[in-house]
Amino acid sequence: MNNARFSAFGRQAGTILVTLIGLLILTFCIGRLMPVDPVRAIVGEEADRATYEMVAERIGANLPLYQQFFKYVSDLLHGDFGVSIRTGQPVINDILHVMPATIELATFAIIVGAGLGIPLGILAAVRRNKPVDHVIRFLTLIGHSMPIFWTGMIGLIVFYAALDLVGGGGRVSDYYIGLVPETTGFLLIDSILAGDWEVFWDAVNHLLLPASILGYSSMAYITRMTRSFMLDQLNQEYVTTARVKGLSKSRTIWHHAFANIRVQLVTIVALAYGSLLEGAVLIETVFSWPGFGQYITNNMLVGDMNAVMTCVLLVGVIFIGLNLLSDALYKIFDPRTR
Amino acid sequence: MTTKSIDIGTAAMTASSAKTYTAWSRLLRVLKDLLANPSSGFGLVVIAILLVTALVAPWIAPYEPNMINLAKALQPPSTAHLFGTDELGRDVLSRIIHGSRISLTIITIVSVIVGPLGLLVGTTAGYFGGWYDTVMMRITDIFLSFPSLILSLAFVAALGASLENAIIAIGLTAWPPIARLARAETLTFRNADYISASRMQGASKLRIIIKSIMPMCLPSVLVRVTLSMATVILTAAGLGFLGLGAQPPLPEWGAMIATGRRYMLDNWWLVAFPGGAILLVSLAFNLLGDGLRDALDPKQGH
Repeated sequence: MNNARFSAFGRQAGTILVTLIGLLILTFCIGRLMPVDPVRAIVGEEADRATYEMVAERIGANLPLYQQFFKYVSDLLHGDFGVSIRTGQPVINDILHVMPATIELATFAIIVGAGLGIPLGILAAVRRNKPVDHVIRFLTLIGHSMPIFWTGMIGLIVFYAALDLVGGGGRVSDYYIGLVPETTGFLLIDSILAGDWEVFWDAVNHLLLPASILGYSSMAYITRMTRSFMLDQLNQEYVTTARVKGLSKSRTIWHHAFANIRVQLVTIVALAYGSLLEGAVLIETVFSWPGFGQYITNNMLVGDMNAVMTCVLLVGVIFIGLNLLSDALYKIFDPRTR
Repeated sequence: MTTKSIDIGTAAMTASSAKTYTAWSRLLRVLKDLLANPSSGFGLVVIAILLVTALVAPWIAPYEPNMINLAKALQPPSTAHLFGTDELGRDVLSRIIHGSRISLTIITIVSVIVGPLGLLVGTTAGYFGGWYDTVMMRITDIFLSFPSLILSLAFVAALGASLENAIIAIGLTAWPPIARLARAETLTFRNADYISASRMQGASKLRIIIKSIMPMCLPSVLVRVTLSMATVILTAAGLGFLGLGAQPPLPEWGAMIATGRRYMLDNWWLVAFPGGAILLVSLAFNLLGDGLRDALDPKQGH
């Protein structure tokens, strides 16, 4: 490892550290701004003054603000994310418990989004300004502009209430809840492990609609980006050269132009995967999906401070991580940056 | 002596009115360009309709938005109630019409906060550079590391659920991309000759930023603000839907969908129409933003 590379690494590590500290300050401020008295939340409304002060002392609520911040950070470093006031469980356990449901949803959504978005984006670029391009542009614009919770409801009205093609809210029908032992938390995997295909297909049936709608919104983004990357390539001279030299159109597109945008696509899909968290907050509420998004919303509605701070911190860390990951992927797959 | 000073005065006046004239004719030309293109024209027309609807809402709404009539609860769309009635017998169309005022208020206040704030932070960071630039850009990084809905949710949870706080929260989350953009633009102008000229004439830093840099950043900032209005509309509606934005009985579109949700399986019109309104306005801003980018892009040439 040479010197320039080492200092570049150091600079990046410094940037990440500063961003993380800023993130901690932000979550701390959000926690302190919340109109909830953390001591009252523990001791209850009827506690006398002595109990109140004892608890305040124990959790450090009477310390000056900057010392509270240091206590917050050192607790986090010791893996202590606090206890949720709403559920009475350590926040981190709650989050680990709800995360698989969201990952299951988001993974299916990204399969839909990337599986449709990339081919559509390429098609739009190849048939630029033709009717197909306009139709695809219209579809992506709608996907970009629709309120996702509304689309979810319309989906439920049409496909569940009227046509009865898919399951309603929740991960499985009520009478299947708890039938499969929870091994991984991923219902699809758990039901396969248990060999219970009835539960498996019921779960797929429940996943189909929310995942497709979530996937549609990320498809809009992926299609747009694929189209513009692809246009950049198709306008370059090597494409003309390849065509002049007699290569077929499809070979030029797939073996040359597409090969050159693969790296960019991977980073885009990684970022889109993270952005699904935002849609998940709304979609999970519509479909009563017991995942991370619903957990955030419920905690915010009741002002559960520790849980809100941890969730916000986690989302921030996930996004910073995804950005780093996409940078790293770029460096690994793009020979020019080696 | 007197005539001369009058002459100078008139000359100055003509100069300034000529300047206003070119600004106006430029604006008119941009508007004409936008209307000529079907998609941005559609966006412009929808936004104009939103504006007019909000202005004259009490006169064009067929009913009072909060008039409860339990005898007529949950009626499907008919000639008496074009968009049907909700669970309290209120006319859905009238509520959507009045809701346009709330949407317009949100859009106006957010753009008034976000545009100038982003412009100020971005241009000063780009022009001054140094540690000030570093600090400001780290702050925007932190804000940008969140999806806007989740950060707004967190702010609203901290400040308390209400329409005012939702607007503040959205404003707080929407400025960083604009600051980023203004900074990038400033960096390209910073060493231009006309900036050096005005610096050598003794213009103060503040004057250079306000008089020479900000006007150059304005077109792209305007495009960016227009495009972000589509997100703002969706975020505000999302907050209203989750019960953390506008509170019932306010006829905010997202909040209307939230209350309609309980009855939606048998009464589709309760969610279909308010959501359609959100989609239409958000789509309009996206189309207008794209059109503005084409119309203001100097590379396209005129």
